[in-house]
Amino acid sequence: MSHILQIENLHVSVNDKPILRGVNLVIKFGETHALMGPNGSGKSTLGLAIAGHPNYQITQGSIKLDDANLTEMEADERSRAGVFMAFQRPVAIPGVKTADFLRHAATNVRRPDRKEGQDLIPMREFRKELKSKMEQLKIDPDFARRYVNDGFSGGEMKRAEILTMAMLSPKFAILDETDSGLDADAVRLASASIAEIGRDKMGLLIITHHDKLLEHNPPQFTHVMLGGRIVETGGAELARELHDQGYDRIRKSYPDAEAANQQMLAKEEPLAV
Amino acid sequence: MTTSAMTDKLDSTETFGQPAFDRLLEKRIDPAWLTAKRKQAWEVFQSIDWPNPRDENWMRSELRGLRLSKFAPNIDESVEIAEGTPVRLLEGVDVSAGLRSVNGVVVSESLDEGLAAQGVVVGSLSRCARDHSALVERYLHSLICPKSDRFAALQAAMWSDGYFVYVPRNVRVEKPIHLHSAMGDGQVDLSHTLIVLESGAEATVLFESSSPDVTAKGLHCGGVELIQHGNSHLRYVNLQDWGKGCWHFAHQRASVGRDSQLQWTVAAMGAKFAQVDQRVELVEPGARSQVNGVMFTQDRQHLVYNTLQHHKAPHCTSDFLYKSVLQDRSRTVWRGMIKVSEGAQKTDGYQRNDNLMLSDAARADSIPGLEINADDVRCTHGSTSGRVDEELIFYAQSRGFTRSEAIRMIVTGFFQQIFDRITIQTVREALGAAIARQVRQYE
Repeated sequence: MSHILQIENLHVSVNDKPILRGVNLVIKFGETHALMGPNGSGKSTLGLAIAGHPNYQITQGSIKLDDANLTEMEADERSRAGVFMAFQRPVAIPGVKTADFLRHAATNVRRPDRKEGQDLIPMREFRKELKSKMEQLKIDPDFARRYVNDGFSGGEMKRAEILTMAMLSPKFAILDETDSGLDADAVRLASASIAEIGRDKMGLLIITHHDKLLEHNPPQFTHVMLGGRIVETGGAELARELHDQGYDRIRKSYPDAEAANQQMLAKEEPLAV
Repeated sequence: MTTSAMTDKLDSTETFGQPAFDRLLEKRIDPAWLTAKRKQAWEVFQSIDWPNPRDENWMRSELRGLRLSKFAPNIDESVEIAEGTPVRLLEGVDVSAGLRSVNGVVVSESLDEGLAAQGVVVGSLSRCARDHSALVERYLHSLICPKSDRFAALQAAMWSDGYFVYVPRNVRVEKPIHLHSAMGDGQVDLSHTLIVLESGAEATVLFESSSPDVTAKGLHCGGVELIQHGNSHLRYVNLQDWGKGCWHFAHQRASVGRDSQLQWTVAAMGAKFAQVDQRVELVEPGARSQVNGVMFTQDRQHLVYNTLQHHKAPHCTSDFLYKSVLQDRSRTVWRGMIKVSEGAQKTDGYQRNDNLMLSDAARADSIPGLEINADDVRCTHGSTSGRVDEELIFYAQSRGFTRSEAIRMIVTGFFQQIFDRITIQTVREALGAAIARQVRQYE
């Protein structure tokens, strides 16, 4: 399989405030990319813009998956095209069982042409698959009967997101700080799970502050974002350097981007991440 | 008292005037006590005004479009069959008895022979008022006072027929009893439901009302009385699915005796305007009630529910949960009260109302209330109203759901808490299907 996700000169605004200022990024199927950067640099914004959040307006540039222009698609169409985002803070859907949610989601993603009201994946077949994926990820079988993210601990939410990724097997997955709020053991488990589900089976964009999540997922490419642009790209060693030494060198090397970053932080609004 | 803009057109009618009432008495074969009761109620009807829009129970109501002259009571038994009127609660259900009425007059009755032999009565209220005269006389309009308001008086005077269910002492009716009220387009239904469970009795009653099509007009003015003696167990389901052109007025009452249990589930889907006054009275120690309500409105539907959980005795429990989903320009009003009488110690009362608005133009009024005259009680209440969360929709869309599928799922999830409380699976399924039909396509 060869697929390619191409982001070209992407400008994104939230509430008419520019956040991304010309992002270029190419991810090939099977590659692992790490995206790092200080707070407010635009990492999550990039993820949400790719996923198609309606509040993130693309003012310039394009996002393409193979020949398909994602920029013109609704979030659900992007999902069916093969894009997935594991959210930093997934929302709860009270009253909807995780298994029912995933069955509907998996049906739609696997059969992109399905019309509303058409049959879902047969229950028995789906349950079997879900059960085996949950075993593989060491997730308590009780999970399936609980309401989507409702009353989940931080760790449970992140594992539910990885389970969702496993069931939808996207072409490209963005993992937004899947390590945040987790203790060291939980991060190690998440890291191993991502490797098990995603490594070589999709293109991965891992947004993280730390190198722990990358333990089982050594990136071929590490990108550093600052002030809404990718200012530097390197290999796995760059991720290690940033984790060990922080962003001082980056901030000094790219004063314009740093200025933009400070400006964004100053007028940060609830939505801007 | 002067009539106001809300009701000034209501009286301009002959169809519900003295000649109609006289003809009704003449046509009916009622026992003397019933004729006397009707006449008393008719006097009330003539002596009181239509509800005052400044009255707390009616100030969020809208009666301006109601023209009684456009409707006529069904007196001459020229029953028009309401063809094609859907039945929703029968699917997959094995029933023990059934009644069906058209325009408020019972047209078919059935009852398991074994149950009849045990003394169970399920039949037309008009017929039972004759055949079981003493029994019906004792209970009919024992909970609903014709003076409650002018609609109650009209119904008590002119009720056309209805459903009588009587379960004798220690008899358990295992299979559900199904009652169906069908009303033809432009017709009137003045039916009454009377259910009596003697001590130790148990029954499940599935009641549904419907019109031949969703746009059908009509006027329903009805009453429900549920009477439970000690240690009885009643599950009562009421699916209101009148056409969206119908006026729906109802007084609904339950009286729950010692150590008895009532589970009352209301699903309101239909009617253009509804005003329902639902009261549960816990009259002896140890009585328990659970009231579940599902409302789903669209277009310009306007449903008003005034509810009361009245703790008249100590050591009783009442649990109340109404959930509404509103689309388009529809409106719901819930005004709930937990009333604890003096001496009703160790009361455990709970009420909650949650509303989910699917459009900017929808409106939900939610007014919980407590009136407590005892000092050792636990009463809690709460309500929430809000728009469907765009973040939930986006989350679901990012997992492949279309916007419309996402909203459907969120609505289903919103109602799930009620479904989790409904113990009858077929009812859960029927209500789920009714709700799914009602969710619009959202672009």
